[in-house]
Amino acid sequence: MLKIIKNFSKRMLKLLFKKRENIKIGFYGPPNSGKTSLANRICKDWTGEEIGMASKVPHETRHVQFKEKVEIKHKGKTLTFKLIDTPGIATKIDYEEFIEYGIKKGDAKKRAKEATQGIIESIQWLDDMDAIVVVLDSAENPYSQVNITIIGNVAARKIPVLIVANKIDLKKADVKKVEAAFPEYDVVGISAKDGINMDEFYESLFKLAKKA
Amino acid sequence: MKNKKINGLSLQVIPFAEVEKMGISERVKKILDLVLGNKIVIIHGRLRAEEEARLIEDTMAMVDHIKGFKGIELAVIAPSMKDKGFLDKMKYNLAKNLVGDSAALTVIGPSSVVKEIKRDPKKIELLLN
Repeated sequence: MLKIIKNFSKRMLKLLFKKRENIKIGFYGPPNSGKTSLANRICKDWTGEEIGMASKVPHETRHVQFKEKVEIKHKGKTLTFKLIDTPGIATKIDYEEFIEYGIKKGDAKKRAKEATQGIIESIQWLDDMDAIVVVLDSAENPYSQVNITIIGNVAARKIPVLIVANKIDLKKADVKKVEAAFPEYDVVGISAKDGINMDEFYESLFKLAKKA
Repeated sequence: MKNKKINGLSLQVIPFAEVEKMGISERVKKILDLVLGNKIVIIHGRLRAEEEARLIEDTMAMVDHIKGFKGIELAVIAPSMKDKGFLDKMKYNLAKNLVGDSAALTVIGPSSVVKEIKRDPKKIELLLN
């Protein structure tokens, strides 16, 4: 309860005194939902360089990564923000899963260790965010507990949230299922990989930033 | 606290009253102690969002330090408020904010025992290794 009051007062003070030109927007989600792919697309489009490496192997991002002062121009409006890409949140880490992707045992164990620390880092960063983009894989079941935990934590901290249903290029993608799972939130379906529906995403990002 | 054995599996049922007055650290520690003992824990009630996050944080710290421990499977079964009236929803949300979601059930198991907990709005399925 104290945390909620603290966050609320912090937000009120920010609203009154902070110049809203460099808000912190965090990209959260389960592993392999395409957080880094989306962050890379935004960064490449607007700053010319990528933020990190995306991969098919889960837990490719194992440390929080930043891009300062990302400036987006959309329909005559400008948004400047600090983009924070976080490691995917999971409840289990099995190094043997990485071996299945052809990673050597020693490296797989190292990756697993780093992944556990990355998850802790992601959760600890939640309190510092002004707004959060939750990136979900629209071809996967949206009712997973990790998704519910992430969105529940963002809601408990009263942080504005936008849900991105990514990978709409896949046959199994079902944006409506994501919308049905989280009816209280704005959901936008995109493909970060192919750049589908990015205009709608940017529109939603501006709306999100306004709430921050 | 009830303890049931089904085909070699150990289920530990924790009534809400038993964890109700515990602080976040104590509650998470109790759950993880049981899970580390290879038990599937069923709690009458739902952890608060910050408790779920803390459970994941502490689980990750343990995966890093306890050999053979790979993490947990976690799922919550909560009553649907979709077709309820305004007053019911208000009462439910008020109770939820005051004492946590005691009408829900939380299932937590070690990932080495529970392969996956498949969850959809109407049912829950435990896939055991």
